[in-house]
Amino acid sequence: MYAISTDRLTRDFASVRAVDNLTLEVPFGTVFGFLGPNGAGKTTTIRLLLGLLEPTSGTAAVLGRDIQSQADEIRERCGALLEYNGLYERMSAEDNLEFYGRVWKLSPAERKNRAEELLKHFGLWDRRKDLARDWSRGMKQKLAIARTLLHKPELVFLDEPTAGLDPVAAVSLREDLAGLAGMNRTTIFLNTHNLGEAEKLCNQVGVIRKGKLVAVGSVEELRSSSGKPQATISGSNFSELGLSMIRQNPDVAGVTLNGKQLTIELKRPIDVAPLVSQLVANGAMIEEVRKGQASLEDVFLTLMNEEQELEVES
Amino acid sequence: MIADIGTIVWKELKELITQKPNLRGGWVGLLVFLGVFGVLMPVQMGEAWVEQPTVLVYWLWVPFLMVSTVVADSFAGERERHTLETLLASRLSDRAILFGKLASAVIYGWGLTMVSVILGVITVNVVNGQGRLLFFPPEIAVAIFVLTLLVALLSAGIGVLISLRAPTVRQAQQTMGIVGLAPLIPLLLIPIVPQETQIQIANTLMQMDLFMIVMGIFVLLLVVDIVLILLAMARFQRAKLILD
Repeated sequence: MYAISTDRLTRDFASVRAVDNLTLEVPFGTVFGFLGPNGAGKTTTIRLLLGLLEPTSGTAAVLGRDIQSQADEIRERCGALLEYNGLYERMSAEDNLEFYGRVWKLSPAERKNRAEELLKHFGLWDRRKDLARDWSRGMKQKLAIARTLLHKPELVFLDEPTAGLDPVAAVSLREDLAGLAGMNRTTIFLNTHNLGEAEKLCNQVGVIRKGKLVAVGSVEELRSSSGKPQATISGSNFSELGLSMIRQNPDVAGVTLNGKQLTIELKRPIDVAPLVSQLVANGAMIEEVRKGQASLEDVFLTLMNEEQELEVES
Repeated sequence: MIADIGTIVWKELKELITQKPNLRGGWVGLLVFLGVFGVLMPVQMGEAWVEQPTVLVYWLWVPFLMVSTVVADSFAGERERHTLETLLASRLSDRAILFGKLASAVIYGWGLTMVSVILGVITVNVVNGQGRLLFFPPEIAVAIFVLTLLVALLSAGIGVLISLRAPTVRQAQQTMGIVGLAPLIPLLLIPIVPQETQIQIANTLMQMDLFMIVMGIFVLLLVVDIVLILLAMARFQRAKLILD
């Protein structure tokens, strides 16, 4: 049984198909990253899974419940931090949690203890009496996550939780999310276009573009299926002769020069020292050589480009 | 369901109470309101404030005004401040949210009206009592108690429908303000009505039984309130609200 399972889930808005035949399975206890550019259909997918929108066609089950006929039960057992933090800014942090504690039918003692536990965990306890509007964006986002976790949901939906945060706040929040993922066996469905975030937090990722799921699997699986081994060389004076010699190497799949950075895509993992020597022999000044697999970002960009090319062809 | 409605009422009243005090709302606005309807007008009108049936006109308008000041913020404001979607993603039913919001607006508007009524009675007795207890005739007292509640509900019902269509709180409040002034239009038209007709209308009203007038207003308000609530229930649905 899966925490989330969709079968050809589709949602149209007038002439726009926001989610297109999405078939997906997310096992229990997974931190699932749903990657895609803005407007790819990530938020609509969460809204469909929470039963906030009805699908145009297809079906889906969340925690074993049908999203159309049992949406109330789904919402009862899930937590959601959506596009906006949803905090009541005219109320204190404590009152925000008190309200949602009441919504989730926690007893007064549970509300008090859980709020204290979460506010302390996120380092917000000392300012619990302050109105939420007086808080920084990062603090508000942490409070919103605390609210989402208040009733210990089995499945948590997070829609771009670090969007709009400054780098320090984003890193801090990501650490909290990593802690959360490790703490319980809570399933997390994380919408993001931040690939570093997905790489750090998720053990499964799905890539969506224009409503279509274009890839799904673990980060490693995606790397091995879409990303090739590569060498990144920083330096200057890369001559055309040196580059053409590298291109002719049978183990080289491609060469891209971008300013002072040369990326050599390899067909298989090989020793790159001879390639570097060839470049140096043809006048290149090398500062740094890095070998490794493609990052999730490379995989993501490759997938996006491949899809775009397919669209152009068709 | 009742507990969920109570939860929404708790939140709505909490938000109202913790609003920053300013001249347009908050505690200062409340004090001005209570000062006018609980002290100033009773002092000016004296015993007539509790004895004449015409005071019903004030008391029917007051809860409408008070509810209209909060209902737009409760619905359009929740959407404008982006808190509605999170609320809709919770376990609360559409009806619990709708009725909780309606109830809190009515409690606020009708509650303040009742406080003003009581304060007005105290003021009249202190200023004009001279040892007697001055109070409304029984029909007027019952009418104030029941009709103000129905008017508060009327305002809340109209407010929900306007707020759900208005893009901003400000626009919803402006529309509510115009609707609130609508009952005054007949009064503005009186001067242009021929004097003979004015006298005829006055005589007809004088001859009518007060109890029948109150009952007529009661039935009319009750029917309109029920229709408005049914319309609000049809409109206040998750899938529609998310798409707004």
